[in-house]
Amino acid sequence: MKSFDYLRPDTLDEALAALSDPDAAALGGGTNLLDLMKLGVAGPSKIVDLTRLPGLDRIETLPDGTVRIGALVRNAALPRDPGFAAAFPMVAEALLSGASGQLRNAATVGGNLMQATRCAYFQDPFAACNRRAPGTGCDAKDGANRNHAILGWSPACIATHPSDFCVPLAALGAIVEIAGPDGLRELPLAEFHLLPGEEAHLTTQLAPGEIVLALRLPPGAADFAGHARYLKLRERNSYAFAIVSAAAALRLEDGVIREARLALGGVAARPWRATAAETLLAGARPAPETFAAAAEAALAEAAPSGANGFKIALAGRILARALAAAAAGTPARMPALPGSVLDDSDTEAAHA
Amino acid sequence: MTFSITLTVNGTPHHLALDDMRVTLLDLLRDRLGLTGTKKGCDRGQCGACTVLVNGQRLNACLALAVQQDGAEIVTIEGLAPADGLHPVQAAFLEHDAFQCGYCTPGQIMSAAGLIAEGEDGADIERIREGMSGNICRCGAYRGISLAVAEAARKAKTEAGA
Repeated sequence: MKSFDYLRPDTLDEALAALSDPDAAALGGGTNLLDLMKLGVAGPSKIVDLTRLPGLDRIETLPDGTVRIGALVRNAALPRDPGFAAAFPMVAEALLSGASGQLRNAATVGGNLMQATRCAYFQDPFAACNRRAPGTGCDAKDGANRNHAILGWSPACIATHPSDFCVPLAALGAIVEIAGPDGLRELPLAEFHLLPGEEAHLTTQLAPGEIVLALRLPPGAADFAGHARYLKLRERNSYAFAIVSAAAALRLEDGVIREARLALGGVAARPWRATAAETLLAGARPAPETFAAAAEAALAEAAPSGANGFKIALAGRILARALAAAAAGTPARMPALPGSVLDDSDTEAAHA
Repeated sequence: MTFSITLTVNGTPHHLALDDMRVTLLDLLRDRLGLTGTKKGCDRGQCGACTVLVNGQRLNACLALAVQQDGAEIVTIEGLAPADGLHPVQAAFLEHDAFQCGYCTPGQIMSAAGLIAEGEDGADIERIREGMSGNICRCGAYRGISLAVAEAARKAKTEAGA
């Protein structure tokens, strides 16, 4: 690991001033940055520890019903917060389906958005990777690419964003608050991560010197609490990244779907909100053929980027299955195996 | 640069001057404080052998910079047991033969102590297995580990209710 200086600012202004240095990196829980530094993929000369900044570790409900989550809230804290888990059950399920208990205690909400792809060639400093080293090419295209993108990829980069958390957030229309040298701004989370195009090294909308300050779930996002699931297929049933995953939430009235919120994970360089499928579901009755049609609409533009054509069929099936599970009702208690299709524990609906 | 930090480790305060910011909590515990019970397995947060409690929460010490832990209270496997015996998780590991080679055991025990304190272990073995998935056992002693954690969790609940 390259040596570095360590700064621990007490105020946001001090932190932003320190981060104006292009060789500085922001530190939250460190679960991704330290790993990348050990691998030689990241090598900042200055680390700016954001974890002592005041007020960013709160989960607040604003007067209009918006729920605001500070960037330094730990992944473990959201599903542990009874009010949050009841209002946004698929966000809690997605968080608990990711990483391990130890990592969730350390990892932060802001860091989850900023985490790098787990593409093996990005993580290998000796491999060609346009995302890590622009212009060097992409060893994944002819390499081990069965877990790579099927939507939104380009010849320059076929990596996926690995987050579970971001998938239900994209579906629920979460907003990202950003602080930078020019003040505050905000963006929809579903647009926060950039698709590769020709410039694969630009991975998010953050400009140099900017940081994620908070996330907001808009009023109305909790209206889906009664019918919301996150399902995730992986190589093993716990502590593994998604091959494909789906967040599905429905607002049902008199047996009719009034509104649907859908997103896919593990399929692209961003959490993939499926708006065409959402539109198709509005006004329909929940039924297997309706869910299959929605899945087909969500994957209409999918294409294999390598030996991963199977992910198109798999993503469609996990989306249809998540829709069926959501229609059946959010479980009264978090499943023993969050996000798993193999969970056969008690799944009595919450009647929310 | 140098940075001075204070860590309370197993109840003892340590004032430490760090002259290299790269030192992880794991390396500091092992190399500087001589507490080698905390093991280095993968050094990448994937195996759980380095699990310790930081302010009561289980963490991977390999993915934590020592300097970032300034002011924290840390418990390692050396400090888990009371002076006159074993921690309930340790006793349950003996009872259920929850190890073979023993290398992952300190991390397993610290993780189990953290899981039980978090209160999310539930009553069933499936929730315990899920809650312990961040700790790899290459010998495959998972059955004994799960039974041991379940027993320790049951005892903790009984004592809390008593």
